[in-house]
Amino acid sequence: MPQTWNSFNTGMQLAITAQTIEFTAGGGDPVHAYVARPAGEGRYPAVVALHHMPGWDEFYQELCERLARHGYAVICPDLYCRFGHGTPDDVTAKVRAEGGVADDSVVADSAAALEWLKAQPWCSGKVAVMGTCSGGRHALLAASLVPGFAAVADLWGGNVVMAEDQLTAARPVAPIDYTDRLQVPLLGLFGNDDRSPAPAQVDRHEAALQEHGRDYEFHRYDGAGHGFFYYHTPMYRPEQAMDGWEKLFEFLGRQLGGH
Amino acid sequence: MCTAISRSDQVRGAAKGAGGWFPLARCTVGFDHSTHTPDEHAVLIDFANYGIGTDARVGVELDLDSARVLLAQLQEAVDRAEALDSGDD
Repeated sequence: MPQTWNSFNTGMQLAITAQTIEFTAGGGDPVHAYVARPAGEGRYPAVVALHHMPGWDEFYQELCERLARHGYAVICPDLYCRFGHGTPDDVTAKVRAEGGVADDSVVADSAAALEWLKAQPWCSGKVAVMGTCSGGRHALLAASLVPGFAAVADLWGGNVVMAEDQLTAARPVAPIDYTDRLQVPLLGLFGNDDRSPAPAQVDRHEAALQEHGRDYEFHRYDGAGHGFFYYHTPMYRPEQAMDGWEKLFEFLGRQLGGH
Repeated sequence: MCTAISRSDQVRGAAKGAGGWFPLARCTVGFDHSTHTPDEHAVLIDFANYGIGTDARVGVELDLDSARVLLAQLQEAVDRAEALDSGDD
């Protein structure tokens, strides 16, 4: 049975704050971010959440709020902010038309989000980076290339392993090729029915992590494909998702000193 | 699955969106996460003019069989139009 979900004491006074802010992101650009955190006095472990390919959307707002209810301060930068504003699906379509957001842009925004968090009086200074789908891949890139993160969680990030003909100007290096630079513990959650990342690609990533002696834990779920946390889609798999959330909270608690 | 399969090209024409007709600037076709179909993934087609705004867009999501139907329809229409032009039809 899950240890985290629904384990609060009904007598406690729960309060979180959540709002859109503007922060100085990569290149000095003003970029929107959704910030959720416990409302009480104190210094909290923190997370930079990198949204998935479908955009800076309501699922990510709720993901941030769930983490905040469990004691984490979270910033989720709008990685598509520079492309304009509109409904998440309209903005995502524009990003798709323009070839996708560049890895360099995401890494720079992740570094800026990390620095922004560390400057807040309510941040403990221990910060993880996480994401799902393309956000999982981006989280891995950020953790490999930006010093200062304490941990990384890659939830079904596709295109960690890339063929030569998949490399583009926006995505010039496969994240697996930065394994030698990954210095922080990695949590990976994957569905065995996923085709990107396919189980064979997760195997290759795991082999690279072992070859470089990296600190990682992968959990691979039968009966689940891509995006099995996404309760707003047919991909949702409640049993695997609840176990995955538990694994995520255990990992964050261990690496960041949360609960 | 997170494919990043997408191609975008300039096109000329018009599309009718929520705000009425607008001139088209580009069409993007991909295969990735769907937003509103019951399938996990779909062929994603966006007719858009982002010079007007992010909402100057007509988005369509099709399953693969439907995309094949559309492909055949387009091919037939183009073939017949070209035949007209060449005087064969």
